[in-house]
Amino acid sequence: MPTPHLQVRGLRKSYDGNEVVAGLDLELEPGVCFGLLGPNGAGKTTTLRLCLGLTDPDSGEIAMLGHPIPREAREARQEVGVVPQADNLDPDFTVRENLQVYGRYFGLPRAELDGRIPELLDFAELAARADSRIQALSGGMKRRLALARALVNDPRLLFLDEPTTGLDPQARHLIWERLRSLARQGRTLLLTTHFMDEAERLCDRVAIMDHGRKIADGAPRELIAEHIEPQVVEVYGDGADEWAETFGRRMSERCEKTGETVFCYAHDADPIVHRLERDAQLRYLHRPANLEDLFLKLTGRELRD
Amino acid sequence: MTAKVPRPSLRFVHVWRRNRLVWRKLAIPSMLGNLADPMLYMLGLGYGLGAMLPEIGGMPYIAFLAAGTVCSSTMMSASFESMYSSFSRMHVQRTWDAIMNTPVLLEDIVLGEAVWAASKAFLSGTAVLLVAALLGLVASPLALYTLPLIFVTGLAFAGLGLVMTSLSPSYDFFMYYFTLAITPMMLASGVFFPLEQLPAWLQAAAQAFPLTHAVALARPLMNGAVPDTIGLHVLVLAAYTTVSLYAALLLARRRLLK
Repeated sequence: MPTPHLQVRGLRKSYDGNEVVAGLDLELEPGVCFGLLGPNGAGKTTTLRLCLGLTDPDSGEIAMLGHPIPREAREARQEVGVVPQADNLDPDFTVRENLQVYGRYFGLPRAELDGRIPELLDFAELAARADSRIQALSGGMKRRLALARALVNDPRLLFLDEPTTGLDPQARHLIWERLRSLARQGRTLLLTTHFMDEAERLCDRVAIMDHGRKIADGAPRELIAEHIEPQVVEVYGDGADEWAETFGRRMSERCEKTGETVFCYAHDADPIVHRLERDAQLRYLHRPANLEDLFLKLTGRELRD
Repeated sequence: MTAKVPRPSLRFVHVWRRNRLVWRKLAIPSMLGNLADPMLYMLGLGYGLGAMLPEIGGMPYIAFLAAGTVCSSTMMSASFESMYSSFSRMHVQRTWDAIMNTPVLLEDIVLGEAVWAASKAFLSGTAVLLVAALLGLVASPLALYTLPLIFVTGLAFAGLGLVMTSLSPSYDFFMYYFTLAITPMMLASGVFFPLEQLPAWLQAAAQAFPLTHAVALARPLMNGAVPDTIGLHVLVLAAYTTVSLYAALLLARRRLLK
């Protein structure tokens, strides 16, 4: 088996007695697109910072691209790209200058950068905006530039912290398409996200984190099949609660409530759907189980802040 | 967190070049602000006030003031750059965060910012020196030794400014430093009048100011004399530089790498 691009063992990190990462193990084989999922405060961003060597763990081991972290973080980061959660593009520069200046931080010579930047601008669909100032870009353009900037050193491993948060659907789809093409090029991707559809679409493998621990790890479809009944009926509208008490609990294998919506899980949902068709005031959605169902089952349904 | 030995590298040059590229776009207004102000004070006070004053230490007041102004404009330029501008990059624009995802470490960033602020201060101090030379206020080529002095003075104040930046919650915080440190130093380091005019206790306190030692070197050098106790003055400036840069790094680590 090839050496993993990222290997984490027994990782722990506390802030003021509060254990944010509590004994985490991760392994990313080369070329995998890996999703790190979890509610707010689960420890995802801290995990990324630990892996990049931006903060020291209390205990545990990290090896990134064969380098022990944090000791050889500088050497490892030479071949790593990062798309951060918060926009930190350089507002003093144009699109092109952002790429030029960032490339210099990796010690890349001018000639090599001049050759690579047109490709990166094309990849980010920003060739026409090369000389625009950052303030003039839309949210989607900024995120594409952040992605292009993370590729300036031709990294083998990419970290993406919530790459599509705050983007409109068109911009999200474009980012997804670009991320898939990076995965096809054989790069290893580690992304965090709150969007389960995003993780299900993009990731070969996901890990769900909660309270600093990993509570599930596997291929999205396999995890769903392992933990969740295959069919789901979501019921909402006036009277959904009463319907759940009268029929929902009895007719489904599992019946849960999140907000105003009742979720009925079953191997065969047809009887539930037939029953619902008789009730004009209820609205429902019959669909296959997805990663969000798994996420809610494992991390609970109460609100996280 | 365990104390890690700083591993600065030549990568600090990338940070310096980044700042230079921004500066090049705004060079004219930036230079005007940096240079015109000290020059006006020097000429206004030097010729206006100087006309009423006798010679000081065997030189006309404007020549006396020129040496002080070289040092004080260096101090001001390094302080502004390492506080307001560095704070923008560190805290507001998050430029430091972006850089730390590359092989450039925080020690490279702090060093790059300090050398950059010292470079801008060098421009300010040198411009004053040049104008003084053109006005015939510089006595001999000994004044060329002022050039490295200007750079080191800039580095010392850049280090102190970066300590403030690493501690600062907002831009307002810098007012404390200007009011409580920079302004008293400006008045009690021999820039405008000889230290001997001060009460004895203040003269003693002034020995702790880096600006005092910069002025004590610059003034004789610009007036064709070899300064006394060169080693002491250089040592104080070097100590301020190294201690403040190391403190700035530790504070920045505590703030950004926790």
